[in-house]
Amino acid sequence: MASLKELKGRINSVKSTQKITKAKQMVAAAKLRKAQAAAEAARPYAERLTNVMGSLASKVGGKDGAPKLLAGTGSTKRHLLVVVNTDKGLCGGLNATIVRAAAAKARALMEEGKSVEFYLVGKKGRAPLKRQFSDQIGTHFDTSTVRTPGFEEAEAIANELLSMYEAGKYDVAHLIYPHFKSALVQIPTVQQLVPVPAPEAQATAADGVVEYEPGEEAILEELLPRYIRTQLFGGLLEVAASEQGASMNAMDSATRNAGDLISKLTIQYNRSRQAAITTELIEIIAGAEAL
Amino acid sequence: MALHFELVTPAKLVRSEEVHMVVVPGTEGEFGVLEGHAPFMSTIADGMIQVFKTASSQPENIQVRGGFAEVGDKGLTVLAEHVED
Repeated sequence: MASLKELKGRINSVKSTQKITKAKQMVAAAKLRKAQAAAEAARPYAERLTNVMGSLASKVGGKDGAPKLLAGTGSTKRHLLVVVNTDKGLCGGLNATIVRAAAAKARALMEEGKSVEFYLVGKKGRAPLKRQFSDQIGTHFDTSTVRTPGFEEAEAIANELLSMYEAGKYDVAHLIYPHFKSALVQIPTVQQLVPVPAPEAQATAADGVVEYEPGEEAILEELLPRYIRTQLFGGLLEVAASEQGASMNAMDSATRNAGDLISKLTIQYNRSRQAAITTELIEIIAGAEAL
Repeated sequence: MALHFELVTPAKLVRSEEVHMVVVPGTEGEFGVLEGHAPFMSTIADGMIQVFKTASSQPENIQVRGGFAEVGDKGLTVLAEHVED
């Protein structure tokens, strides 16, 4: 049995841990609101871009000489997995889930005889993926230098991916990121990035007479990189929101666990204090009786 | 008689308002959009978007970089990658 002083020390240390987790939880809750607002604000752009893409791609896509980004390289041998992780920990099992999804996708592709390379965004996925696929880790994009990854980062990543595509380093790219469903649920999602999956042709009759300047192909050619950039930006926003959501959750349960531990330790402390008093009393009484 | 004008960037919806006319710097030359413009789509060059609130008012200039403009039934939508306020 631990001594009274030891118990008191432990209670105090758990209490200060609880204070930290509680503070982190509140910070995450505030940041989550901001991240969610950012994700919401980005939605109109993505929606409109997808709409325009859909109507253009359905017109140009069928023809020969469609842009390489839409039609693909003609082979599906080499795959690039763009895995978006967080930079900071303390967010429960979020990064582990993403890494697991990425590893599962990589294995499935390798079983089909494809070669797989990783492009990592964010710090936390690096170590676990390196352990499993040490010789397939390609580039790593560092987002830890900025506070909240924004469009500039998405642009930088997209430009690098596009130049790698131009140089023929890979045929197909997938984006793996946590889809933010709610503060409690984040679903790891695998999405094809390159070649751009042809969106379903929307039956918009009004589009039939749209004039294009400088021309459908030229616009599409400019649109595709932009679309990829937007996808990546969306991924970064989702990961930011997911991180805060998962962090809030993890810290909430950590605070609760600390509370449980404190009450358990306090009971133990009180018991042993009482036991000590009882022993002392018995000693005094026994001494008095012996006289 | 007003044109519905929307300016959207990846980060947010910058403008959504009723205006008289908007002059957009297209890659193949500037074009002005009034209400009832035919469906039209163009990429835009880096430059100024001029927004005329009413026919007689001074234009309001918005600097944009990269993007494209779409004119449809619902009005003019400009998707720009960067907007300088």
